[in-house]
Amino acid sequence: MSKPDPTFEAPWHAEVFAMTVHLQESGLFSWADWTQCFGATLAVHGLDKELDGGDDYFIAWVEALEKMLANIGLADASILGSLKDAWADAYLKTPHGQPVKIEDD
Amino acid sequence: MDSNCLSVLALPMPHDHPHTVLPADPVLRVKALETLLVKKGLVDPAALQAIIDTYEHKIGPQNGARVVAKMWSDPAFRAAMVDDPMPLLSELGYYGRQGEHMVVVENTPDVHNIVVCTLCSCYPWPLLGIPPGWYKSDAYRSRVVREPRKVLAEFGVTLPESTSVRVWDSTAEVRYLVVPERPEGTDGFSENALAALVTRDSMVGVGLAKEPNT
Repeated sequence: MSKPDPTFEAPWHAEVFAMTVHLQESGLFSWADWTQCFGATLAVHGLDKELDGGDDYFIAWVEALEKMLANIGLADASILGSLKDAWADAYLKTPHGQPVKIEDD
Repeated sequence: MDSNCLSVLALPMPHDHPHTVLPADPVLRVKALETLLVKKGLVDPAALQAIIDTYEHKIGPQNGARVVAKMWSDPAFRAAMVDDPMPLLSELGYYGRQGEHMVVVENTPDVHNIVVCTLCSCYPWPLLGIPPGWYKSDAYRSRVVREPRKVLAEFGVTLPESTSVRVWDSTAEVRYLVVPERPEGTDGFSENALAALVTRDSMVGVGLAKEPNT
């Protein structure tokens, strides 16, 4: 436990953390609302297995942010699903070593 | 922010025209969220990078350690911190997100304090940075309340039976900073030398301050 931990274990942990902080500071939701939503999501995820505080913690975080945004009408699940598919396609079509981008609408 | 090509280098490429490796599901979901939010003008990639940079490079347990060292060195500062830490923390610049309402709890030979967030992972960011993985784990969050001495033993801390253990549950509003006991043999130490003895774990309450010369 004495070894210094990286602040974020993976770039996507940092990205979803930063998006949440940014959105809360923009006033889209309160931090208390966020912790309620995130805590409830963590509790559900923890029913199936003991969460270790790494990827599994941030997977719950991503789901909670998706829910928060859906609840306030900012991110429809089907739109997020389409964007996710577009990113997956882009990864599969982009030659190794080149930057991955998706087409703008 | 564009880190799309990071994880592909060491992986086998079985195709004639190898494509970029498909990242794991949550990575794609985060990309989808960011794409949508940027398109809606709700997030600015530069602001996201600034937030990440702040917590990776600027804010961390060294802030809390400075506060603890000052409390050890300056009785008037200590008394004021215990009474109402917010004006002093604001003066020191250790105010902001998730540190708006701090409570300082001091360890003594009679009482040892530990901090947890049983709901999620509330933590005093301005003083300690982002919490480590174990603080966010189910194991810590559930067990430290039920069996704090056992958890402490796993962190290498064994307290005398006569010391009572108090566990503080953080919330979205209230965050706690544990002030560990000042180690013996540190009379005359400068605040900087003292701060070097104050570990992150000691300010969460799962460790003790380091002994000098260890």
